[in-house]
Amino acid sequence: MSVPDGLSRRNMLLRLAMLFNGVVGVVLGIPVVRYILSPVTRGRQSGYQSWISLGSIDQFPSGQTRLATYRNPVANASDGETAEIACWVRHTDGDHFQVFAINCAHLGCPVRWFPQSGLFMCPCHGGAYYADGSRASGPPERGLFEYPFKILDGKLQIQAGEMPTPGLSAGNRTKRPPCA
Amino acid sequence: MRLMHELSDWLDQRLQLGAPIRETMQHPVPRDTASWFYVFGSAAMTVFALQLVTGILLALIYVPSAGEAWNSLQILNHQVTLGWFIRALHGWGSNFMLAIVLIHMVQVFLFGAYKYPRELTWIFGVFLLLMTLGMAFTGQVLRFDEDAYWGLGIGASISSRTPGLGPALVKLLLGGPIIAGATLSRFFALHVFVIPGALILFMALHVLLVLKLGVNEWPMPGRLVRRFDYLQKYHALTRTDGVPFVPYAVWKDAVFSGLILLCIAACALYFGPFGPSGQPDPRVIQTAPRPDYFFLWLYALLSLLPPALETPVLLIGPVIALIVLLALPFISGEGEKSWKKRPIAVLTILLIAVALGTFTNLASHAPWSPVMDAGTGAPIPLKLLSGRTPLQIQGALVFQSKQCHNCHALGEIGGKRGPDLDAVAVRLTADQLVRQVLQGGGNMPAYGNNLNPAETTALAAFLGTLHPSTQAKAQDASRMSEAQP
Repeated sequence: MSVPDGLSRRNMLLRLAMLFNGVVGVVLGIPVVRYILSPVTRGRQSGYQSWISLGSIDQFPSGQTRLATYRNPVANASDGETAEIACWVRHTDGDHFQVFAINCAHLGCPVRWFPQSGLFMCPCHGGAYYADGSRASGPPERGLFEYPFKILDGKLQIQAGEMPTPGLSAGNRTKRPPCA
Repeated sequence: MRLMHELSDWLDQRLQLGAPIRETMQHPVPRDTASWFYVFGSAAMTVFALQLVTGILLALIYVPSAGEAWNSLQILNHQVTLGWFIRALHGWGSNFMLAIVLIHMVQVFLFGAYKYPRELTWIFGVFLLLMTLGMAFTGQVLRFDEDAYWGLGIGASISSRTPGLGPALVKLLLGGPIIAGATLSRFFALHVFVIPGALILFMALHVLLVLKLGVNEWPMPGRLVRRFDYLQKYHALTRTDGVPFVPYAVWKDAVFSGLILLCIAACALYFGPFGPSGQPDPRVIQTAPRPDYFFLWLYALLSLLPPALETPVLLIGPVIALIVLLALPFISGEGEKSWKKRPIAVLTILLIAVALGTFTNLASHAPWSPVMDAGTGAPIPLKLLSGRTPLQIQGALVFQSKQCHNCHALGEIGGKRGPDLDAVAVRLTADQLVRQVLQGGGNMPAYGNNLNPAETTALAAFLGTLHPSTQAKAQDASRMSEAQP
């Protein structure tokens, strides 16, 4: 039964029902959005970074650059080999190390070390870096990403856990003096 | 036969679909559109159906887990009866679908079919193109090999450059801090549920619009589209010179679709499935990741753009391209349809085709990538070594052992990252060679820290011999005047 102003009882009930469903939708939507954003928000709460050991410093002779691998601190059983991450360890002398990410600072391809020419070269788009990780040529706009390191009980430890990308503020890491 | 009839009657009384289907089949289309130029849309749908079927068949065996996916692909290729063939059909189907979608789009653009009143059909079509590209990219990830792994790294690195949101986008894309199990799972969900679901929905809307608005008439030069009388004229055309869609137009669709399916099957049979290449193990770095065919142009673009332009082009370029595509039917929604009277449209297509073709061709050689094993695997041609002095031979050894060959070709062998050095002594004097080697410059790293004086002298001596017998070595003009009395 319609009323003069056009809003019948039934229409009113329908609108209320829609409003009710809208509220329910929002209530259900919040956990859904939080679930979807969980890879991002977790990073803010506890962080993905932690200190991990690359093994005894004896494995890295002075004056050489060697490939090291570690299992990512955040990993699941289903990750298989993808959680095994490689990095380049350069032992300059004494307690001075540089640990470079395997990922090219251009677009993340794996850089390879050529000891004879003292260069890291990238197979994808032709980036090249000097032995100290600084940019030598090609499309990268910066040097290689560096992990902070420390030496604990004769073991080389690095702070890692996240794939370094050009947008991640990893650039700040290289400016930080290496902590011993 | 009578039983069939009774069964169909029984069904139709309940479903009541017979009449609308008959009406759709018999709806009149302009006679000219029963043409071989109008078969690409239906062919794309047919290939999509093939992808659905083969995709489901693959899902019976495939394991979407980072630790198992690569093994399950090996099982498909080598153990399951004809598993390789289903994989090959799905892979080749993907390539054919993208190609047909692109051809369909070019045809629609050149025939002015996006103009009034078919703007929304075009817009849904643009969405369908994006989804087809999305399917191709996510499918490449599901073939979880080393190319897929490092391809994801490239995707993450590009997303990370988004101002402000970069790091968050990377984690959303990867489902965590690194490329791992969660990454594959979410690409599986995208490839199998999200994008195909959206694709089916938009495909249905796209076809619905084609049926509601009618197939675009064959464009005649000078017959302009105007909003106020187009619909009248179109309906007059279908009344006076129309033919029923079935069978007049549809038999060509059916023949072409069948032909395409046959081509896909032939390619699958002859060339076999794509990969997988090496295992997705980040510790194996002896790899040179390459994208699939339809993304090769992007690979070239990423190598050739000046570094400073890269981020803006990568982030803003796609947005502009999308806006242009979506705005097209509103910018030129009326007027001339025929490509014979739209030179800019034809030139645009040619320009895009030539650019994409050039980039794709370049990417198949990848001259910007160093040849990573040239230092050990590519010898210096003998003719460049014969008759040389011991010092010059020593220089050739330095050239090889310091990996100069990775970026510089000699006698067409070696990298193309830097210039070929077959005639370098014509271009550079002895002093300039030493300076270039020690200090680098242009795009060349400096080798000053990695060459001792003896090595440098030997290398410069060898490089100094590299000139054709018909061309003199470069000489320093100032030294020449000193030498003369």
